[in-house]
Amino acid sequence: MRKVAIYGKGGIGKSTTTQNTVAGLAEALGRKVMVVGCDPKADSTRLLLGGLAQKSVLDTLRDEGEDVELDDIRKPGYSTTLCVESGGPEPGVGCAGRGIITSINMLESLGAYEEDQKLDYVFYDVLGDVVCGGFAMPIRDGKAEEIYIVCSGEMMAMYAANNICKGIMKYAESGAVRLGGLICNSRNVDNEKEMIEELARKIGTQMIYFVPRDNQVQRAEIHRQTVIEFSPEHGQAQHYRNLAKAIDENQMFVVPKPLQIAELEKLLMDYGLFEA
Amino acid sequence: MLLRHTPAEIRERSALNINPAKTCQPIGAMYAGLGIKGCLPHSHGSQGCCAYHRSTLTRHYKEPVSAATSSFTEGASVFGGQANLLQAIENIFSVYEPEIITVHTTCLSETIGDDLNQIVDKAVKEGKVPAGKQVIFASTPSYVGSHVTGFSNMVKGMVKCLAVASGKKNGKVNIIPGWVEPADMEEIKRIAGMIGVSFTMFPDTSGVLNGPLTGEYHMFPDAGTPAEDIRAAGDAIGTLALGEWCSADAARTLDAQCKVPCRVLDLPIGLKATDRFIDALRTVAGTSVPDTVNFERGQLIDVISDYHQYFFGKKVALVGDPDQLIALTEFLLTLDMQPVHVVTGTPGKKFEARIRELCAGKGFDVNVRAAGDMFLLHQWIKNQPVDLIMGNTYCKYIARDEDIPYVRFGFPIMDRVGHQYFPVTGYKGGIRLMEKILGVLLDRADRDAPEEKFELVY
Repeated sequence: MRKVAIYGKGGIGKSTTTQNTVAGLAEALGRKVMVVGCDPKADSTRLLLGGLAQKSVLDTLRDEGEDVELDDIRKPGYSTTLCVESGGPEPGVGCAGRGIITSINMLESLGAYEEDQKLDYVFYDVLGDVVCGGFAMPIRDGKAEEIYIVCSGEMMAMYAANNICKGIMKYAESGAVRLGGLICNSRNVDNEKEMIEELARKIGTQMIYFVPRDNQVQRAEIHRQTVIEFSPEHGQAQHYRNLAKAIDENQMFVVPKPLQIAELEKLLMDYGLFEA
Repeated sequence: MLLRHTPAEIRERSALNINPAKTCQPIGAMYAGLGIKGCLPHSHGSQGCCAYHRSTLTRHYKEPVSAATSSFTEGASVFGGQANLLQAIENIFSVYEPEIITVHTTCLSETIGDDLNQIVDKAVKEGKVPAGKQVIFASTPSYVGSHVTGFSNMVKGMVKCLAVASGKKNGKVNIIPGWVEPADMEEIKRIAGMIGVSFTMFPDTSGVLNGPLTGEYHMFPDAGTPAEDIRAAGDAIGTLALGEWCSADAARTLDAQCKVPCRVLDLPIGLKATDRFIDALRTVAGTSVPDTVNFERGQLIDVISDYHQYFFGKKVALVGDPDQLIALTEFLLTLDMQPVHVVTGTPGKKFEARIRELCAGKGFDVNVRAAGDMFLLHQWIKNQPVDLIMGNTYCKYIARDEDIPYVRFGFPIMDRVGHQYFPVTGYKGGIRLMEKILGVLLDRADRDAPEEKFELVY
């Protein structure tokens, strides 16, 4: 079983990219994938489930105490996918980070990762920034071993990607977690592909795929579906299949070397400003 | 030799505390809360915190200490403890019927950001607090400060949540006694009474944690400062706050909140600090010091002059809480002793400055450390031996290993009796301290004296 976590700046399209990629792994490659949403908003599996149909681990824990069954919190989604939402407290109270620790521990104790589940992949879709130890839970203790960072050519997305690399580096020193690559989710920024490729090279990794911007993604989202389910023939669906294949065949796993801020700024200047 | 691994060589430590000279904030908050009449302290956090804090107080006072807890589970840690606290407030008032609940946080509830102000406000608005009853609160994360900070925070909480200025002064003086024993609170009240001051003291644990055994259990002893008296503290003509660390914050808050001017004094331990306290009381009362007080002062001076030669030049190692140590250091200096090592676990650079200032020009160099630990104290003792150790029960390990006379002083004292019942404050308290010190020093002299020097009369 490969254990993958997807990180990236808030609003960059992590959940959309994750679900479409997972749909690609299931539909095109026949992989059995469990998606674990690690966001208090609990909207990481909406497209696979056809809506917010999932009761989160923490809601279940709150309502039913610790006597929880795996089937209470894990729902089958599109094709051969399984969906879990960790959930979390209302905005402004409690501790969302602790919530993620709690729900991943609970999934483990319920045997969600056991051999007999015959999973090919587990994907963790984690909230924007790794603000505290809780949000780093998926990369601690060898829970996730491959990280993909979704980013774009926008400055703040690249800052965030670089910052997340710092987190990965910290845990990579003592564990098995490695960076698998950057996924560029295009925002139609000038020189975007070249800039992210250069950023990836400097960090010591690769841009594993460049996902072009296409409104078909939004159309599918309105219908609560992934592009692959909504319009399997569409060009964008093929892009997600390609991304899924690239991840499936990926051999490049590195300990990232995050950039100094000055270096990052220079990269932005070189690509974003002068060649515009 | 339980501490045989303590090396004499002192190395700079940046991250490691060994045998800390402090404990959790909520222990102080709980102790302060118990000084309000009819109070059930409430610990907003997991059960283990509450159990430890209660049992530490029980070990020191040998009295049952009741406190409630929000009993955090994993769920409460994630979703916040509001639901638990609201339910607790409702349960406590309906089951145990206290007059007041003092809520303090713990590391967990503090870290997840629970907002006591908002939760208690909600409890009031939802009618969970019966008419005439109170819920007050203080934020007490143990990763900041020490038990002393927790005490101070809860006393400040009393002022913030209760004190109101009605616009009409009541002619009374507030006395905030600081973290002293119930017997000391009793003694401070006795002295203020002798001077003839009309006062309100809060908190007041006398009669709460040193009560009698009557065969009947009262969850809320008929003692402690009534909440309405603390409310009226806002109408007082002034506040005497004893101890910069334990009482000053509350007094200054009361000044800002209700325009009650305050004076911060040292704890009245020893001759000079008691003199200053009496002088302050005399000034606010506008009277002269009565003969009864002068008589007690004269007795203390008599003991000092009778036994001065046995105190003179003796080196002492002290560990404890800042307010106590400042006053005690001054008293030992009055006796011409040399407090050469002074450690508190409570952080605060001004503690070090104050001790240095007191010891300046006394003919010895003082080692002083705030945010220190007993390991350091032990190392200092190994490098520069002392004739006496004064500190809480944990000092017995050092005293035994180094074979040094030892007087129990401070918090907690878990293996001897007396601190609950006999004060160390005031002139009488000064005599008691001397009695204890002299006792161990002369016992040692008797033990070690060769037969030809074994004295009958000291």
